[in-house]
Amino acid sequence: MPRKNDAAKMDEVGIEIDGEVSDSDDGVAQRRNNRRQAAGRGGAKGRGRGKKPASDEEEEDDEEEDEAPRGRRGANKKKPAKKRGDDDSEDEAPKRKRGGAANKKKGGKAQDSDEEDSDAPKGQKGRGGKGGKKGGKEEEETKGKKGDAKGKDKGKDKDDDKDKKKKKKKDDSSSDSSSNSDEEEESMSEGEMARLMEEVEEKKKLIANIRNKPWRMKRRLTHLKEAQAFVDKFEGALGKGKGRKWYAYKVMMTKKWIKFQRDFENFRTACIPWERKIKEVESHFGSSVASYFIFLRWMYGMNLVLFGFTFGLVVIPEVLMGLPYGSIPRKTVPREEQDTAQDYSVLMDFNGYCKYSVLFYGFYNNERTIGLLKFRLPLSYLMVGIGTFGYSLMLVIRTMAKNADVGGGDGEEGEFTFAWKMFTSWDYLIGNAETADNKYASITTSFKESIVDEQENQKDENIHLRRFLRVLANFLITCSLGGSGYLIYFVVKRSQEFATRDDLSWYEKNELEIIMSLLGLVCPPLFETIAELEDYHPRIGLKWQLGRIFALFLGNLYTFLFALFDEVNTKLEEEQAIKNASIYAMKEYYANYSRLVNDSEATPPPMNPADVIRGPCWETAVGIEFVKLTVSDIQVSYLTILIGDFARAVIVRFLNYCWCWDLEAGFPSYGEFDISGNVLGLVFNQGMIWMGAFYAPGLVGINVLRLLSSMYYQCWAVMATNVPHERVFKASKSNNFYMGLLLLVLFLSLLPVVYTIMTLPPSFDCGPFSGKSKMFDVVMETIDLDLPAFMGTLFSYAANPGLIIPAVLLMVLAIYYLNSVSEAYKNSNMELKKKMQMVICPKQAKNVQNDSNDFQAELKIV
Amino acid sequence: MGNKQTTFTDEQLEAFQDCTFFTRKEILRLHSRYRELAPHLVPLDYTNNPDIRVPLALIVTMPELKENPFRDRIVETFSEDGQGNLSFNDFVDMFSALCETSPRELKTIYAFKIYDFNRDNFICKDDLQQTLTLLTKGELTEDEVLLVCDKALEEADLDGDSKLSFSDFQNMISKAPDFLSNFHIRI
Repeated sequence: MPRKNDAAKMDEVGIEIDGEVSDSDDGVAQRRNNRRQAAGRGGAKGRGRGKKPASDEEEEDDEEEDEAPRGRRGANKKKPAKKRGDDDSEDEAPKRKRGGAANKKKGGKAQDSDEEDSDAPKGQKGRGGKGGKKGGKEEEETKGKKGDAKGKDKGKDKDDDKDKKKKKKKDDSSSDSSSNSDEEEESMSEGEMARLMEEVEEKKKLIANIRNKPWRMKRRLTHLKEAQAFVDKFEGALGKGKGRKWYAYKVMMTKKWIKFQRDFENFRTACIPWERKIKEVESHFGSSVASYFIFLRWMYGMNLVLFGFTFGLVVIPEVLMGLPYGSIPRKTVPREEQDTAQDYSVLMDFNGYCKYSVLFYGFYNNERTIGLLKFRLPLSYLMVGIGTFGYSLMLVIRTMAKNADVGGGDGEEGEFTFAWKMFTSWDYLIGNAETADNKYASITTSFKESIVDEQENQKDENIHLRRFLRVLANFLITCSLGGSGYLIYFVVKRSQEFATRDDLSWYEKNELEIIMSLLGLVCPPLFETIAELEDYHPRIGLKWQLGRIFALFLGNLYTFLFALFDEVNTKLEEEQAIKNASIYAMKEYYANYSRLVNDSEATPPPMNPADVIRGPCWETAVGIEFVKLTVSDIQVSYLTILIGDFARAVIVRFLNYCWCWDLEAGFPSYGEFDISGNVLGLVFNQGMIWMGAFYAPGLVGINVLRLLSSMYYQCWAVMATNVPHERVFKASKSNNFYMGLLLLVLFLSLLPVVYTIMTLPPSFDCGPFSGKSKMFDVVMETIDLDLPAFMGTLFSYAANPGLIIPAVLLMVLAIYYLNSVSEAYKNSNMELKKKMQMVICPKQAKNVQNDSNDFQAELKIV
Repeated sequence: MGNKQTTFTDEQLEAFQDCTFFTRKEILRLHSRYRELAPHLVPLDYTNNPDIRVPLALIVTMPELKENPFRDRIVETFSEDGQGNLSFNDFVDMFSALCETSPRELKTIYAFKIYDFNRDNFICKDDLQQTLTLLTKGELTEDEVLLVCDKALEEADLDGDSKLSFSDFQNMISKAPDFLSNFHIRI
């Protein structure tokens, strides 16, 4: 490189130049540093640390690091050349010169500001950001400490490696004018050891992080190779004496572990299904539609695990080891139902044989252990029921945390309207010409809109009318929400009346499900129409729309639940009566039996299980309600796709040849994929699964099937019948929006289930908890019977209110504490941000004087 | 592996996995995609690191890039010679930086390079205009383009030199809600 370039470079490439300039005294400083570190073993920590920043500056570049043990001087000489070679090759010299010249012209005052601000990108480009460097510094500090400590331990005995090192050191130090005594050399090698350790650690870090460096692949590969070679070479030298074997072992295990992790990762990604399918959708419709499918896939994964738990721990053990069908009353269809038990219509209502199968709660027996394995089915049932929630909660929260980590996007709306539009609006996933055209058009319109907004920001014509319309719209929507809630309540009430009758038509039997599905189908478009009145910005409008649909679904679900609870309560009363009656009958029977036979050993009455009088078993009834609801939901959503999208597309496509207006461009046209509606549907479906799974273990299986088929069906439908969105407004800034909804629904569906588990008495003659006064008694029973006695007392202490209340208090306090800590962090974060902007600010102060346009930007900073 | 002909040695694959965000399978897939672009040019056997470059004109025919208004810039940014000729290393590099798992910082750096049309390490007004023209297919009028560029500069330019330095850009992008979801290509 020509020398004359250096001046220009000086201006532009702040940090790197700094490095080069300090090269001249680099070696000396380095050696001094070394010596110091080595000399005062005790004080080395403090002084070494103090010295670190200096040494950091010299060796910020990794290749220098590499050269370090092989003689500093050579490295230093080599460095400038190398650096230039490594510098971004596309930054051609002339440009640099130009930039430099321009900077110079601005004169002294401007120059240093320019320098400051130009070294930022350079620095970033050079080596993965300042943050990374800072991290490295810290790392080194800690490493240094560690190294020192280790050196102290192991430095005493000499080794071949050490000698080698010393020789190298000697080369280094011989060039230095200062004389080194033997003793000094000894300690120096210890310091050297620490240094080596540091370097090895640093190399390891480099290997781990190399993928984050904005380097050319070639450079990355060579660096990787060098670093690996270095680590291989010197790692073995680090352990001494006793520790050596252990160290080598540790190193080996780490390597193996990394390898295993990678293989596992490879395996895991190979297992992720539908990668191609989603990619196809993505390239056709952009990332927003694809996000639905990714969400669907995630749901499928979660449900698969739930399915595994439920079937592996509850259903299959019961099928394999439990009593077979027909052995006891709860596993038999009652006599009066037997005639119709196999009818298609009955089975479709999940009555008859379906009702008395493993799919529902009532089928399970309350035997404490089943089969040869002494499998504790009731306990397992309860645990799986609770574990379902635990696992879902954990998974959702973990995913949210992960997303929040990646996310960002905490800027206020309107801060960077145009800049964001310019740099982040193109969806790089788009690979389809039509979508791309739409995207171009939508970007253009959004720019035009923003321009118009910008030009006439304060045009508020007739604000009163608009306010009135908005209030009206909200009133209408509240009315329809209330109406839908009442309708559902009414229908559930009526269905209880119907339940006592036999002559029901198909509609009357399925009224509830039909009404709920219809409401879900009709209300959202209705809301959308009403929302037209409000005349909001589409993004805000979409948020309102989502909130309203959410309220609708939630309201419907909860009305349904309350009505169901009413039903359960009546059933409970009924059951009590039956229970009393049957107990009375039993007593009578036994009394008669013992009187007649005069035998104290009573045998149970010889009755066919089908004839036994039994209670209504409210758990199964609830389970059936949920299964029916889910199934009808599946049917409705599939039919909607078939009619609303497919039939429409067919009609538009083929009738277009013989129609008076252009169907494709005109009125019906093709459907667009309704992202928000689909996501909400999915979320609420999952809520129903969570609620119903406890009473109908088979529901999880149904849901897995649904999601699986949904994936293929909707993928096909979206590719075949839908057109890309003309304008997409994402409701959420981050991808945690869906997850937040899911979490909310999870909590809401957790409540009723936990309530029933904790308070309602289980049916006396069906289900795994029959005969107990509360469902969770099964846990107590296990503690009492299976665990050693002291555990029982331990638990009874733990369950003592005197202990629980302080524990709760403690948790509340902990939450409060953590909350305030995070608040403090946030504050200090803000402060730091402000300070960072203040660094840039001074230049602004200068510029503002000349340029009044910058006033706004200045305001932003203050 | 069980293939008759090995494309990469295990070492190479490991190195690629260390240097990118890809798994083994994805790297092999990338190679096959790369080879598809110019079957006569790219050998199947990559064990001895042949120095082969595929020209820009072929790279941008990939469906992943075909519709992207910035395709030429992307390819140029990642090519070592700056002309848009990509060696396999560059090719992998490109998709690694654009893949889903690569961190925001890395993406920001490359986004800055992509939008810096004249490669002067600043996004100046010309760059903005070019970006805008590509984004809207030139459907905005001259005045509108100027207005938008001024506004964008006004918003993002913190130091008032009427061009965006990397720190300006980073500051702006770090708050953008859609950047990560939009700035990625699935291979």
